[in-house]
This record gives sequence, C-alpha cells and structure tokens, in this order.
Amino acid sequence: MISERALDRLSAMFGAPDLSGTRYEVLSELGRGGMGIVYLARDPALDREVALKIVDRADGGTGSAAPAALAHEARILARLEHPGIVPVHDFGELRDGRVYYAMKRVRGERLDAWLSAGRDLPDRLAVFLRVCDAVAFAHAHDVVHRDLKPENVMIGGFGDVLVLDWGIARTENQNPKNQKQNPKNQNPENQNENPGPRTANPELVAGTPHYMAPEQRAGAIDRRSDIYALGVMLRDLGGVAPLAAIARKAQAEDPGSRYQTVQELAADVQRFLAGRAVAAHREPLLERVVRIGRRNKVAIVLVLTYLAVRMLLLWLARV
Amino acid sequence: MNKLLFATLLGGFLGIFDGLTALFTPEVRSQIVGIVIGSTIKGLLTGVIIGFFATRVQSLLAGTIFGLIVGGFFAYLILLMNPGHALNIMLPGCLVGVIVGYAAQRHQAGRARDVARSV
Repeated sequence: MISERALDRLSAMFGAPDLSGTRYEVLSELGRGGMGIVYLARDPALDREVALKIVDRADGGTGSAAPAALAHEARILARLEHPGIVPVHDFGELRDGRVYYAMKRVRGERLDAWLSAGRDLPDRLAVFLRVCDAVAFAHAHDVVHRDLKPENVMIGGFGDVLVLDWGIARTENQNPKNQKQNPKNQNPENQNENPGPRTANPELVAGTPHYMAPEQRAGAIDRRSDIYALGVMLRDLGGVAPLAAIARKAQAEDPGSRYQTVQELAADVQRFLAGRAVAAHREPLLERVVRIGRRNKVAIVLVLTYLAVRMLLLWLARV
Repeated sequence: MNKLLFATLLGGFLGIFDGLTALFTPEVRSQIVGIVIGSTIKGLLTGVIIGFFATRVQSLLAGTIFGLIVGGFFAYLILLMNPGHALNIMLPGCLVGVIVGYAAQRHQAGRARDVARSV
C-alpha cells in the first residue's frame, strides 16, 4: 500500500519540470496562470529562493505562441527596473524546450486580501500611490500593463508594494491602431516581437472585464486604459466624495476626458490626502469651509484660544 | 516664503495685533504708540528665533514647545519692565509664541513631504 502522502510526493515529482541544465532546484508549485506555471525554486549558487515561471507543458509545444509570450513578458520585466515591479533574474530554456524565467520570490499578501483586513483610508491610498508610481514608471517606458487589479498587487512584509503579472502587458507601439495614429511610435525592435497567444493579435481582447476600459474591450489600448483600471481600483478603495470624483474622472468613457497621465491621477489623490482641493471635484462652499477647517484645526483652535484669552483678560480688567 | 521669513512676519503681525489690544484698556491708551512698537519688536524677535529653530528642527511638538518658551521669555522681559500686569502680559505672550512655533513647523511641511516622496 502506498500512503496518500507518498502519492502526493510522487505526483509532485512527475509534475515538476526537469531543471537539469539550469542552476535551479524546484521546491514547490506556487501557482498557475494563463501563460505558465510559477514554481518556488532554490538557486544554490546564490543560496536564495526564486520564483520560476515556466511555460505550461500543454502550451509549450512547437508552433505554440506561449514561449514567445513568456519571453516577451520577461523582456518587459527586464526593461522595468523599479522597486514596485518584480525584478527578473534570469531567462533560459529547459531540456524539454520550454522557456522559463527566474524572478524575485515575492513574499507577502495580495492587495485584495490585504484590503479585506480593514485598513485605514490613508494606508489604502498610500498603497494605491505606490502602485501608481510603478505604473507611471512602466508608462514612461511605453509599457501598458493592461491587467491592473488588486489581485495583481502584492504587499510585502516590509511595506513594499509590487505590481505583478505583466503577462499581457504591451508596449504602446505594438498596437497597430496606435501606430496609425502615431507613426513615430514604430520601433523595429518591437515589430520583431511576437507577444504570444494572449497578445499576438492586438485586436484580441485581454484583461479582466471589471477593470477593462471601453477601448480595451474594443482591442485598442494606450496608457489611459491603465488609468481606467486604476480608477476602478480607487473606486473600490473609498467612497468619500472627492475620491469618488477622482475615480469617476479616471474611469471616463472617453479616454480624452480621463487623467492623461498616472502622475496627474496620483497628484489629485495626494492633494486629497493633504486636505487640499482636488482637480476632479468642484466642492460646494460649505464642504470647502469644512475641509479647510479640518486641515487647519489646530491653528484655528490656537487663534481662537488667543482671542478667548484676550477677551477674558479684558473682561477681568473691567470687573 | 521660507520658514524664517514666515515666522518673522507672523510674529510681527501678531505683535502689532497684541499691542493694539491695549486700546481696550483706557488707562494705557495714551501710551498706545510705544506699546505697539514694543510689542511689534517683541513679535519680530520671537518670530526670528522660532523661525530659525524651525529651519533646524523639524518637529511639531518641539517647535511648539520652543515657541512657548521663547514667547514666555520675551513676555517675562516685558513684565520685568512693567510689574503688576503678569496675567495680561505673560498669557498672551506665551500664546503668541505657541502660535508662531506651531505655524512655523507646519509651514511648507506638506511641500517637504511631497519633495521627499518624489526623490
């Protein structure tokens, strides 16, 4: 009789990829995505754990676009060296022909789980701003994430915020619609890229429906599609009027009516956090008075105290 | 406007205001010009010292307490020259110091945070 535990181990052994020829040792499976399987592995040379993303056996055959898609993802990640974007360490091919890349092993909690623990609004917005930083950096390098959502953001144990899953990310000049509009975006290097099954056809709709901008559903993307997704994330973070207005502006149907850059969106959220008026929200007079009062409450209390003391002293002098 | 200039101007403004309140006290109304000038100089000096402190120490609590001490010290000097009005001189003088100390620390604090974030 074979015990269940032994059966599980055998099953894991047969399912595990053959890493001979690489410097990695598989420890366990971390998860499966649309493009590949992510394994926890050990790099004995540097004595550290890494995450290995390997094309799924089912998609790894000759003629499949999955290997090219994984290579595309690795290249995009390698281009984006930023504290908020998971770094790539290595890229290679297994003996069975499947491609893989090694990246930092991210420890922490997914944003959706982190939020479910009931966080303060300033903490939630601080994380949101860190996500904006990473996305703005990607946009500065002409990369559009296309699948921004809380499930693709990881909060590390030391407060680090990482944007994950760049599997369907595209460079803006990969979209023929954009190229027609902006010929200077034509980059021979990118024209040679074959982004894979989920992205090979620019008209192919990819992303998570709840977070997808209308134009993304139609197959056209630019950085404002990410701004739309950030708007959906922001809407889910908090419901106070100025934030709701910021989220609404970010989610405008017409991309031209949205914030045109992530920096503009982040600046408005920062203004809200600092107690200042936000560009997206025209506040009524009473709301403005309350906001200014809240922002300067200690100063107002001090001045009122001073005036009260002065009045008291005058009254005492007359009694 | 930097912290030093801001605190000096605020101290001067509050000094003028502080001096003008003497108008409500009939027995000193005749000396109002001297009182306002003296109070303004006191306010400006308080502002300069507190403003300089604010450029060196970034702490709301420390800045406010320092303001209280400086405001109290100058008020005490005035009290030594005008004995018998302890409450009228010390209490507003200390409060002016607290207000200038607090305001000097808050001034441009948001901008400093923004700069720190962008680095």
